[in-house]
Amino acid sequence: MELQFYHILIPFLPLAGFIINLLLGKEVTRYKAHWPAVLSVAGSWVCSLFALRDVMAGKIINADLYSWIVSGTFKVSVGFLIDPLTAVMLIVVTTCATLIHIYAIGYMHGDTGYYRFFAYMNLFTFCMLMLVIGNNFLQLYFGWEGVGLCSYFLIGYYFNKKSAADAGKKAFIVNRFGDFGFGIGVFMIFLTFGTLHYSDVFPNVSVMIGQRVNFLGWNVDLPTLVALLLFCGSIGKSAQIPLHVWLPDAMEGPTPVSALIHAATMVTAGVFLVARCSPIFNLSEVAMNTVAIVGATTALFAATIAITQNDIKRIIAYSTCSHLGLMFLACGVGAYAAGIFHLYTHAFFKALLFLAAGSVIHAVHTNDIQEMGGLKKYMPITYAVFILAALSAAGVPGFSGFFSKDEIIWSAYASHSSVGKLVWLMGTAVAFLTPFYTFRLIFLTFHGTNRAVHHAEQDGHGASHGSGHDTHHGEHRFHESPKIMTVPLMFLAAGAVAAGWIGIPPILGGGAHFAEFLKPVVGHPEFHGTHAEEWAVMGLSTTIALIGIALAAFLYLRKTDLPDRIAKTFKGLYNILYNKYYIDELYHYTIIKPTMWIASNILVAITDAKIIEGIVNGVPGAIGRFSQSLRKIQTGLVEHYGIFMAAGAVFIIALVLLLR
Amino acid sequence: MIQQAFFGYFAFAITVLSLLVITRKNPIHSVAWMLLLFFHIASLYLFLNAEFLAAVQVIVYAGAILVLFLFAVLLVNIREEMKIGRFIGAGATGFAFAAALLVVVLMSIRSFVAAPPGIYTVDLIKQETHTVVLGKILYTEFLYPFEVASLILLVAIIGAIVLAKRRLKG
Amino acid sequence: MVPLSWYMALSIIVFSIGVFGFLSRRNIILMFMSIELMLNAVNINLIAMSHYLQDMRGQILAFFVIAVAAAEAAIGLAIVIALFRNKATAHVDDMKEMQG
Repeated sequence: MELQFYHILIPFLPLAGFIINLLLGKEVTRYKAHWPAVLSVAGSWVCSLFALRDVMAGKIINADLYSWIVSGTFKVSVGFLIDPLTAVMLIVVTTCATLIHIYAIGYMHGDTGYYRFFAYMNLFTFCMLMLVIGNNFLQLYFGWEGVGLCSYFLIGYYFNKKSAADAGKKAFIVNRFGDFGFGIGVFMIFLTFGTLHYSDVFPNVSVMIGQRVNFLGWNVDLPTLVALLLFCGSIGKSAQIPLHVWLPDAMEGPTPVSALIHAATMVTAGVFLVARCSPIFNLSEVAMNTVAIVGATTALFAATIAITQNDIKRIIAYSTCSHLGLMFLACGVGAYAAGIFHLYTHAFFKALLFLAAGSVIHAVHTNDIQEMGGLKKYMPITYAVFILAALSAAGVPGFSGFFSKDEIIWSAYASHSSVGKLVWLMGTAVAFLTPFYTFRLIFLTFHGTNRAVHHAEQDGHGASHGSGHDTHHGEHRFHESPKIMTVPLMFLAAGAVAAGWIGIPPILGGGAHFAEFLKPVVGHPEFHGTHAEEWAVMGLSTTIALIGIALAAFLYLRKTDLPDRIAKTFKGLYNILYNKYYIDELYHYTIIKPTMWIASNILVAITDAKIIEGIVNGVPGAIGRFSQSLRKIQTGLVEHYGIFMAAGAVFIIALVLLLR
Repeated sequence: MIQQAFFGYFAFAITVLSLLVITRKNPIHSVAWMLLLFFHIASLYLFLNAEFLAAVQVIVYAGAILVLFLFAVLLVNIREEMKIGRFIGAGATGFAFAAALLVVVLMSIRSFVAAPPGIYTVDLIKQETHTVVLGKILYTEFLYPFEVASLILLVAIIGAIVLAKRRLKG
Repeated sequence: MVPLSWYMALSIIVFSIGVFGFLSRRNIILMFMSIELMLNAVNINLIAMSHYLQDMRGQILAFFVIAVAAAEAAIGLAIVIALFRNKATAHVDDMKEMQG
């Protein structure tokens, strides 16, 4: 099918919004900066719907828009590939982006960098859409780095806060490790196929079978190498072990950023990459198993950390890590459709969790759930949507999250993969932990009594408004967020509940439309398992999820002193979890410290001070002395300049005559 | 033969007039010689079948630019001008370089290779008339440069006014 | 028939005279007149070539040269007037502000 104008508008509308706010933000749009931003993203959403309609009608768009680089046989173009996978991603990205942009109008209200925020958000949306819509690896890489850059800008949005600036740098540097591998992977693909276009690479992947290459001295299997290098990029971008450390710190950014970039869209780019490159991954069992194991480990690992954390956004961040792990688990066992399905449902409920958390933070001005509590009666809408999102995340039957999570766990169980059963067990464990930490968060935040009394008094305001007789004075200042924030929450809540209904598995009477829709792109794994087994697996994960919720209720509503006692009893374990397995410390001592030592003792002391300084100071010195003598011919007299000009002309013509 | 004689006269006259222009002590005399020079150059253009350009040469150069020069010359104190030397100290060097330029470029003429002739033969131009041919090319192939030239003239008009305007008090 | 090289020789002679005038005259107005001389030399060359190569582009170019010369004369003489008003001189060797 021909490329239509609305396909082109999908990524370029947000770019237009970005340019408008970039150029006019400071002077013209200012506190109306949300108008171009929201309208452009909403327009992009409408265009995505048209694109989805085209794809549902069976049309696949693959067209080059513009030749970007042509060098010999190397040709890279800006092109669009809109197939079912891209269509799903477009819908996810533009829907979440639109709702979150609207929410941000309320959340960022009155911020000094209002236009800057929306400009970055638009730029991010543009890069993300370019990433998913591109028809070649270089465009994917462009979008990949673009979203990384925007993520850096937005994490460090409050740049005069040191922790935010540091978190931005951390995210950028950690991602560098993964992107380095990804970059080499793209080079390997070009080396093998001589092109970067998907349409030339994926149908011909079979030429890689059996090829071996020398990589850093090892003789390795080419498909495995390429797949693992690409997966490196995924690990970084999607915050998988061992590069997960940047995501929790990234919560320093404003909450809409966390919701859009660090939950719904950018971090899922890794999953998208694996699904997009599924033909390559399918060739290598080693790579597939690596993906599955890394995903399952991250899922379990991040879920255990989330249990002990007290920062509302960090808990959700670890939850994001964990869910991304589940998506990789699904991809690793060959169930790409299940992974993308979870990506799709996760985008709604996780964005909702973040935005609801943002609504809470907006009201109480703290991130620490130990200082919250009892917010249910002040923020009924936030509470309601939070519950819906949590139920969806926990995988309670009937909600979106249930269908996608169940499909992943069933795929793991029923797959041919040699690690299938192992990752199934880990996935089931995650199915228990997820509801537990999610509801722990809810019970500590919304139920019980408010524990923020001191906090409120220290704040100075709020207490002064209170009636002195109220034992919970200060609480009354908590109020529901404005409509501009709650309405997007309600829309997302509808998505969190119902988005998964299009993928109800056949065993529950559904048609698994989602998997069917994606089948042309990512294929469909062969399952071996009976209906009875499927019921059993589903029953087990559901039961265990309900137990998780019940346990959270028991510990944090009934016996509220019990968690502390448990923490004291298992102090060692608790400390390990509370300190996130000391991964940050490990990196600090094994990577950062040695790097800093090398930097200060070798690079700065020798290279910088002696060699570079020598060159840097020596060259200008020499030039300076030379120009001191040369400036004497600059007499400042017009007639001399005229003579020099004529002399130069004579000289050049004579030279040409002589040399001919 | 008659053509060569005509060319010989014009070449000689143009060279002599050029030298007169740059060597007169009185700038008004220079302008007067220049007027004569421009008429000679215009005649040379007629000789080369460029009637329109000959007309432009007379109208723009002799009519407009020289009048401008005359206005400027009238600002100068002619009497003082007559007293001090017409050449600056570096004049001899200037002469040397001008002569050197003349020699090297004259030497390069020998190696000139003509490109294959185009389609605008004398007969064609005569048939269509010179102005029509020139206009057709100018308004089609060279439309954008033509517009740019008009822009340059506009800028020159504004620039000349801004530069020459007396600053108003207050 | 007059050969093309004669025109080219005439052109370069006039051009060199212009260069000489530009480099040696004291009066700025005369320097501008020398520039006009050089431009005319170029125009002679262009039109001669246009005629001999039967290509109108040379004349078009000469046309543009005349336009630019007019602009240049207007601006240049405006500068001379501004200069004369401020420094009361039209002599190039009286201008030494740029001398370092």
